[in-house]
Amino acid sequence: MVVDSLEKKYGSLHAVDGISFTVEHGEVFSLLGPNGAGKTTTIEILEGLRNKDGGRVSVLGLDPWSKGYDLHKRIGVIPQGFKFLDYPTPREAIKYYSALFGKKVDVDQILKEVILEDAANIYYMRLSGGQKQKMGMALSLVNDPELVFLDEPTTGLDPQARRAVWEVIRNLQRQGRGVLLTTHYLEEAEELADRVAIMHHGKIIAHGTVDEIVSKHGSGERLTVRAGEELAGYLRENTRLRVEYSSGKVDVILEQKNDALMALGAIAESGLAWSELTTKRDSLEDIFIKMVGEPVVEGTAAEGS
Amino acid sequence: MFSIRRTLADLSVFGKGYIRSRVGAFFTLVFPVILILLFGAIFSGGGGASTVYVQNRDTSLSCTGEVPGNSICASSMFISAMNSTTAITLVPVPVSDNFSQYLLSQSSSDGIIIPANFTADYIQHKPVNVTVYGNPASTTSAIVKEITASVVNSFNLYGGAPVVGIKSATVASSSYKYIDFLIPGLIGFAVLMSPMFALVNISSTYKRDKVFKALSLTPLTKTEWLVSKILWYIVMTLISFCLMVATGVLLFGAHITLSLGVLPFLVLGPLLFVSLGMLVGTSSNTPESAAVVGNLITFPMMFLSGTFFPVDSMPAYLQTIAHVLPLYYVIEGLTNVMIYGNYGAALIDLGVILIIAVIIFGLAVRLFKWRED
Repeated sequence: MVVDSLEKKYGSLHAVDGISFTVEHGEVFSLLGPNGAGKTTTIEILEGLRNKDGGRVSVLGLDPWSKGYDLHKRIGVIPQGFKFLDYPTPREAIKYYSALFGKKVDVDQILKEVILEDAANIYYMRLSGGQKQKMGMALSLVNDPELVFLDEPTTGLDPQARRAVWEVIRNLQRQGRGVLLTTHYLEEAEELADRVAIMHHGKIIAHGTVDEIVSKHGSGERLTVRAGEELAGYLRENTRLRVEYSSGKVDVILEQKNDALMALGAIAESGLAWSELTTKRDSLEDIFIKMVGEPVVEGTAAEGS
Repeated sequence: MFSIRRTLADLSVFGKGYIRSRVGAFFTLVFPVILILLFGAIFSGGGGASTVYVQNRDTSLSCTGEVPGNSICASSMFISAMNSTTAITLVPVPVSDNFSQYLLSQSSSDGIIIPANFTADYIQHKPVNVTVYGNPASTTSAIVKEITASVVNSFNLYGGAPVVGIKSATVASSSYKYIDFLIPGLIGFAVLMSPMFALVNISSTYKRDKVFKALSLTPLTKTEWLVSKILWYIVMTLISFCLMVATGVLLFGAHITLSLGVLPFLVLGPLLFVSLGMLVGTSSNTPESAAVVGNLITFPMMFLSGTFFPVDSMPAYLQTIAHVLPLYYVIEGLTNVMIYGNYGAALIDLGVILIIAVIIFGLAVRLFKWRED
C-alpha cells in the first residue's frame, strides 16, 4: 500500500495535509493520533469510502475510489463505531456475508479466528461491546482479505475486551494478513504494530518502528537517583557523562553502552548519600505528549465526518 | 450486475430480523385488521338496536278498527312480534308516503312493508309476502332479515300452513355501504403505512449507525438492497390484504369482488412506498428528522387519499390535492376493482401509480449514496 502526498479538505479545513507512507505486505501498521488528527479520513480514503483531493494512493495495486468494487473483494474493513442489524447471530451474519461475496467459507474457522465461538448463536443486539467488535472482524474476514482495515477497533471497550481484540489482531497477523490499525491508545500501537505513524493536524509528524521513533524523538535512556546537587557536580567533574539536576534528583543521560556502569562506579566512589536508583527510557506516550502537546484522552467525538 | 443471489441473501436476513423483532409484524399484519374491526364496529351498527321502518298497508277491517271485537289483525300481531325482539326498533311509516323515498330521506336501507291484504290472506291461508328492504352488504340488514324470517316462521307454524313469505328489496342508492368503501381505503392505508414507516426508520438508522457504509464494502449494491426490501413488503402486503378482506367479509359482510386485478396495485404500492421511505430516510441527517419528514408526507396523504373518508365528500380544493397524491390512485384503483369491477378506470389509476413508482424508485437509487465524497 502506497500513500503519496495525500490531501483531503473539508471546506477550509485541511483534514489530511500531504501525508506519505507505505505499508508492506503482511505488516501491522498503526496510524496514531489524537481525535481530529485525520486518521479516519485517511483510512476511509484508503478503503475507497471517500474520494481524495490530491496526491496518489494505491492499495494492493488499485486506486481505491475508482476501483472500489474490485478492491473491496480483497480487503476487510470494519468502519469506526461498527454497528450491524439487530437480529442476525454472528453465525448468520457470516453466512450472509459469504452469500454476498459468493464465497464458500468455513464459518467455524472464522469464528475461531476471532475467538467468538461461544457467542456464535446470540443475536447481535445482545452481544457485549467486545463481541460486537469481534463479529465485525469476523465479517471482514469472510472474503479472506490480504489487508484488513481496523479503525479504532477498541475505542469504548473495557480493558479486558480490548485485550481480547488484540488477541484477534495477533491472529490476523499470524495468518499473514496485513493490518492497518488506527488508534489513539499508544499502548495498543506499542503492543501490536510493526511500524507506527503519528498523525497530528493532518500531517505525519513521526514514523517508523516504535524503537526508531523512541530513539529519534525521545530523550534517550536515563539513570536517575535521588541525591543532592553535590553528586551532580561530582559526576560532571569526574566523568564525561551529561548530567542534569532538578529538585533533589540527579539525571544521567545514557548515550553509550557502558555509561550506566560508569555512572554507578562514579556514584559509589563519590561516597555521597543517594537513594532510589532507576533507569528509564522514554515511552511512546512520552514522545507523543511531547510532540502533540496534549495527553491522550479517550474521546467519543467522531473525527473527520 | 444485479444479482438475485445477493438480493435473496439480504432478503433472508432482513425477513428473519423482521419476524424476530415482532414490532414490524404487528404494524403490518395485526394493526390494519384492528382498524377494520374498529371502523367496522363503529360504522356498521354492530351494537345496540337498529331502526327499522315499517309501513303497514293492511286494510283488513279488523285492523282499521271498523270491526270491533275479537277478530284478529294479523299485521298488528306481526309488528308486535317484531317489536318484542329487542334487537330492532320499529318506526311506523304513514301509508300515504312512498316507502323507498321515505327510506332514502332517512338515509336508511332497512324497512318492512306489510301488504294490504295481509290479514285477509293469512286467515284464508292464501300465500302472502312481507317485503323486507335491506342492503346485502350491511350487517344491520342481515339482522333485520333474520328477525323477520323468524317471526314469519312462527306465524306460519301458528297458522298451520306456510302462507307468509319474504320478498327482498333494496333501495338502489344505498347498496354501497361504508364498510365496502372502507376496505379498499384501509388496504391503501396498509400499503402506505407499513413500508413507509419501516423504511424511513430503517434507512435513517442504517445511515446513522454506518451499516450502509459496512454494506457498501461488500458486493451488495444499493439497488439489490432496495429490491430485497420491496420484495419483503410485497409479500407482507399480500398477507395483510388477505387478512383484511377476510375480516371485512366474514365479520361485517362487506360486499367485495375479489379478482386478480388487485395484484398490480399490491405490487406497485409497496414498490412506491418502500422507495419513498428509503428516499426520505437516506436524505435526512438523523433518524429524528427523517421521522418528522416521513410523518409530514404520510399523514396528510393518509387522510386526503380516501383512506377513512370518501374523497368525493371533500371540498373541491381538497379533492384537487388528493389527485396529486399517489395513495389516492392506489385506493381509487382498488375501489374500482373490488367494488365496481370497473377495470377501465382501474387501468388509468394503475398507469399513474406505475409512473410515480418508477420515478420514486429511480430517485431513491440515484440520490442515495453508499459512499461519501
